[in-house]
Amino acid sequence: MEFFTRHKRFWLIAPAVVYIGFFMGLPLLQMAYVSILERGTNGGVNWGSLSFDAYISFIFDRDLMDNLIINTDYLQIFLRSFELSALTTVLALILGFPTAFYIAMQPQSRRNMFIFLVTIPFWTNILVRNYAWMLLLRNGGLIDNLLNTIGLDTGGLDLLYTPYAVSIGLTYTYLPFMVLPIYASLEKLDHRLIEAAFDLGANKRKAMTRIILPLATPGIIAGSILVFIPCLGAYVTPELLGGGKFMMIANLIGSQFGAARNWPFGAALGFVLLALVLIAMMVYSLKFKKLPENAS
Amino acid sequence: MSDRDVVISARAVSKRFGSGPNAVLALDDVSVDIYQNEFFTMLGPSGCGKTTLLRLIGGFEQASSGEIALEGKALNNLPPFKRPINTVFQSYALFPHLTVRENVTFGLEMQNMPKRDANCRADEMLELVRLAEFGDRQPSQLSGGQQQRIALARALAPAPKVLLLDEPLSALDLKLRKEMQIELKRLQTETGITFIFVTHDQEEALAMSDRIAVMKSGKILQIGTPRDIYETPTHRFVADFIGDSNFLQGDIHQNGNDANNTILALPGGQTISLAGVAENPSRSAQQTSATIAIRPERIILAPQGSSETALRGTIDDVVYFGTDTTYHIRLDDQTRLLTRVQNRDGATMPFARGDDVDVTLPAAAIRVLVD
Repeated sequence: MEFFTRHKRFWLIAPAVVYIGFFMGLPLLQMAYVSILERGTNGGVNWGSLSFDAYISFIFDRDLMDNLIINTDYLQIFLRSFELSALTTVLALILGFPTAFYIAMQPQSRRNMFIFLVTIPFWTNILVRNYAWMLLLRNGGLIDNLLNTIGLDTGGLDLLYTPYAVSIGLTYTYLPFMVLPIYASLEKLDHRLIEAAFDLGANKRKAMTRIILPLATPGIIAGSILVFIPCLGAYVTPELLGGGKFMMIANLIGSQFGAARNWPFGAALGFVLLALVLIAMMVYSLKFKKLPENAS
Repeated sequence: MSDRDVVISARAVSKRFGSGPNAVLALDDVSVDIYQNEFFTMLGPSGCGKTTLLRLIGGFEQASSGEIALEGKALNNLPPFKRPINTVFQSYALFPHLTVRENVTFGLEMQNMPKRDANCRADEMLELVRLAEFGDRQPSQLSGGQQQRIALARALAPAPKVLLLDEPLSALDLKLRKEMQIELKRLQTETGITFIFVTHDQEEALAMSDRIAVMKSGKILQIGTPRDIYETPTHRFVADFIGDSNFLQGDIHQNGNDANNTILALPGGQTISLAGVAENPSRSAQQTSATIAIRPERIILAPQGSSETALRGTIDDVVYFGTDTTYHIRLDDQTRLLTRVQNRDGATMPFARGDDVDVTLPAAAIRVLVD
């Protein structure tokens, strides 16, 4: 009987395991292999060779004498991507928390309507939405015009094709991923706890910092992870709103497989990113190990 | 009672929820004075407005009209965190992310008490509720009864002028509830804080309270000591809600101007003398039809033929309860009465089913009620 149920449970998960194993696990292994191959002269790779050049060239350049010189270009792109993702996460949190809080404080019937509204952007393709932002942000675009109309002479907003435009676009794209987990944790929050805090002499600010925020922490952390990590891998938004002038990790990787024809380097960059994200998640889970347990 | 200091006074307080035709009048022109160091209970069925009145005192709701004052100062516009009033919530509402001690010190920290003093005070409070060794636990690790005590310690720690208790015992099992009733009464006596207690459990109210306000449909029907409420109810609802009562309806007849000749004529033709029955101040004297109530244990049964003035009836059923026996009696006009006789003699049962009996309702035990 015991064996039988275990057996059955395995079959429940098997399709997903096979799917992910075949379409993600195998390609990942393939990329790991590609990253330690020599690059082919006309693009592609020399199968069967072995070289760690791809990883070395992430940090070093070879000069004519074959000496290694530190080259921080790629590191800077990584750093910039992390900064921009962090900025986006903070922006999404600043916008998302009050939104989630407002929705959670609504009567039950209205909450579902608001949650429905939050998910509406998902109905439209991400490309279309980013093009829409280009129209909004460009010089002579809607925002520029609006500012001029109310008397602020912008002299051309010069916002499109800047890191700020990218951050605005990313914040917009990933905001629902911040709102929904925070809403989920605030919605569970017993309204009586807030009343109890007021009752014991806490004003609104104290009730927020001492009771509501700590209890919403699991949602805030989940939301931050859901925004930060996809941001690091964002491709379309920096491509369109950054105008190619502003490169993020995904664009760098994309160009290695495209124009630069350096597959091993592209694969290596992918693995460096993967390693960094995994390390960040491990540090986080060690640091906040106790949190979810306390919060539930 | 009137020479004591009034802590909370409500004047003509009404509370309306919603607006237009769907508005619900939760409190209807309620006035009450609650005294210093009193265990005051608001008793009534759900929806009678008792919790609404409690929440108005706590500041969680605003009165639609009327005024609530604390020691003579109007509270109406003060938010809950500015009132020296604390609440024990029905669901306890302990902060799940804080330890037991941190829960208890929360209110003290909000008063900017230094951390060390607050911890001292918290330990005192935990001692008071007999959970001294639980300070470092998480609330989720405690049983319902223990959580209840922590909620009490937390609410008492800032030494409020008034403690509000919103059906705090309803989630506990019977044995624990009895224990906590004694515990609550002890805490109230030891701390000297005015307790305002909300419950729908009449036994709880009788056991703990100094005074009880019986509420129905947003109004207070009667305020009095547990003894007043039980022995001299003013309204049919009060007599019915607290303990068991027999109700008899009839017309009041008075021969001449002599109050001693007042009788209640039952529909079946039998009469009950109301001579010596206390006046009900809440009832208008002009009314000719009346309901009277008598507690089952106050009815006197005797073998038929022993009294001229008694009502005549037959014993329909006998139910033995150990400490007492209940007799279901059918009067000749088919009115049913419940009487309870203590089993002082042990084995012998004075009456059996089918016996004809004389039923005497002593004047001192009869209450004329407002319907």
